[in-house]
Amino acid sequence: MSVVELSPRRTASARFLRSELWLIFGRRRNQAGLLVLMAVPILVAVAVRLTGGGHGDGPDFFSSITDNGLFVALAALTLELPLFLPLAVAAISGDAIAGEANLGTLRYLLAVPVQRTRLLAVKYLAIVVFSFAATLLVTLTGIVMGLALFGGGSMTLFSGTEIGFGEAVGRVLMATAYLSVGFASLGAVGIFVSTLTEQPIGATIAVVIYCVANFIIDTIPQLGWLHPYLITHYWTSFGDLLRSPIAWDGVGSGLFLAAVYILVFWCASWARFAGKDVTS
Amino acid sequence: MTQSVRLRPDRPSPGPGHGAGTTSDLAIATEGLTKRFGHQTAVDTIALRVPRGAVYGFLGPNGSGKTTTIRMLLSLVTPTAGSIEILGLPMPRGAGRALPRVGSLVEGPAFHPYLSGRANLRRLDAADRYADPATADRRIDAALDRVGLLAAAKKHYRAYSLGMRQRLAIAAALLAPRDLLVLDEPTNGLDPQGTREVRSLISTLATDGTTVLVSSHLLSEVEQVCSHVGVMHVGRLVAQGRAADLRGDGDPRVRVDTAQPEDAARVLREKGLAEVTVGIGRAGGVLGVVPAEEVVAALVHAGVPVQGFVVDRPSLEDLFVSLTGEGFDVSG
Repeated sequence: MSVVELSPRRTASARFLRSELWLIFGRRRNQAGLLVLMAVPILVAVAVRLTGGGHGDGPDFFSSITDNGLFVALAALTLELPLFLPLAVAAISGDAIAGEANLGTLRYLLAVPVQRTRLLAVKYLAIVVFSFAATLLVTLTGIVMGLALFGGGSMTLFSGTEIGFGEAVGRVLMATAYLSVGFASLGAVGIFVSTLTEQPIGATIAVVIYCVANFIIDTIPQLGWLHPYLITHYWTSFGDLLRSPIAWDGVGSGLFLAAVYILVFWCASWARFAGKDVTS
Repeated sequence: MTQSVRLRPDRPSPGPGHGAGTTSDLAIATEGLTKRFGHQTAVDTIALRVPRGAVYGFLGPNGSGKTTTIRMLLSLVTPTAGSIEILGLPMPRGAGRALPRVGSLVEGPAFHPYLSGRANLRRLDAADRYADPATADRRIDAALDRVGLLAAAKKHYRAYSLGMRQRLAIAAALLAPRDLLVLDEPTNGLDPQGTREVRSLISTLATDGTTVLVSSHLLSEVEQVCSHVGVMHVGRLVAQGRAADLRGDGDPRVRVDTAQPEDAARVLREKGLAEVTVGIGRAGGVLGVVPAEEVVAALVHAGVPVQGFVVDRPSLEDLFVSLTGEGFDVSG
């Protein structure tokens, strides 16, 4: 029997992350969820195509769809922002630790050994990748459907400015990335909740309730002082990236708030998980 | 029984304190190890001593603290008090260096149900910082083959029977070369054939030099393969040592059933047996080095009417009953 080589491999964490992503994206439940996310831009595009649009009524992005197919992506993001995308992130992040604890696989991962900080880091990275992938999936589906049904070309922004197609695609992708960061911050809340329980469904529901509660509080004027601190408050600022010039105020605050949430809740998960007795 | 401790030659050890002191000869050493959950003391100041190369039977009724002890050994649970050394490294500080050399099975198998057996092993291998991805497929197949699961490698885990799940968990423990295996109830759910296979696997691994700690609430399942034994009872380690010593090997008693116990006792004394006792219709004594057949011959020669002659080796089972009370009931 050979002596175990006792130098960790440098690419080890990359391999573990790949395994984690493969677990997430290979799971039927998650694939079905991604299909649902894709269905929204498809529905939007087909519905607008069939009814011929109709200027004036409906959300902003909707009325512009017939002018430029790229707006299908933005309209779909607007529709999925309050529930579908947060729900997807809640499902993945709530499952992160609680799911492994529930199956009992957590004890075997830790006994491999996977250092607990490393486990949290890899799990959270996978959540971030999922947040970006899910949001990008909505955007790309919207772009493809929009271009197929309505064509592309230059885009007229709400400020009246016209930008070229290339820049328009860039703006849409920027908005996608911005929203992904917001969802990733919700994922940090999710992984924290996931360290509190052995029931992944419970963790997911808790995160969804938390997110919806944030949206609700955000609509109560009497709680206005609280609004700038709500995790969801700046999410809708993604539209600012489609102004000319770009209004950075909301987006900048949103990115900063997301970073704070990620830092606080990641540390909270670490504090909770690092010394926890694993008896599952 | 001539089973003795197999001490392996010193191999390059990464730990400090290598080569010196008594703890380096031990694969597992704990001192005053204690775990309390609230008011319940699950494990009470135990001092495990598992020599390198030993097959250590960790025995005790359900709920006696075996699994909690194993969880502490693997740094899954933080001890309330006491210290642990695994392969010469202090835990939990040395866990990152010690545990890659430890394969484990804790409280039954646990895998992702919607992944195949092979995919589950691949996942565990991917989590191991020391595993070489280039050899992963070969090592995984070898481990599956070793537990007889290669044919079912592509099946989803959820379709596995309990025995197959148990085998997969053992395969996971064998993914990399190990210096120490910690197997918690490895024969649970296995049929008699599977139990035999696991026993023979443990023997083979031990012959290769791997130290094995195997826990069980069924003494008979592990007794044959253990060189050492530790017995837990209500959170305490009530006995520990070489199986042969605990069994009282070399100290068999003879029992003579006869109508003339006084005469029989006299003959036994003449033959040099110790602790000779006389009862109603029987006499007995500690055989020592005297061959049993000589005693029988002497009895017959002396005209003692021998109705029965028994050489009694105290079994481990007897020891456990005396240590843990009524056999192997669940302790509260």
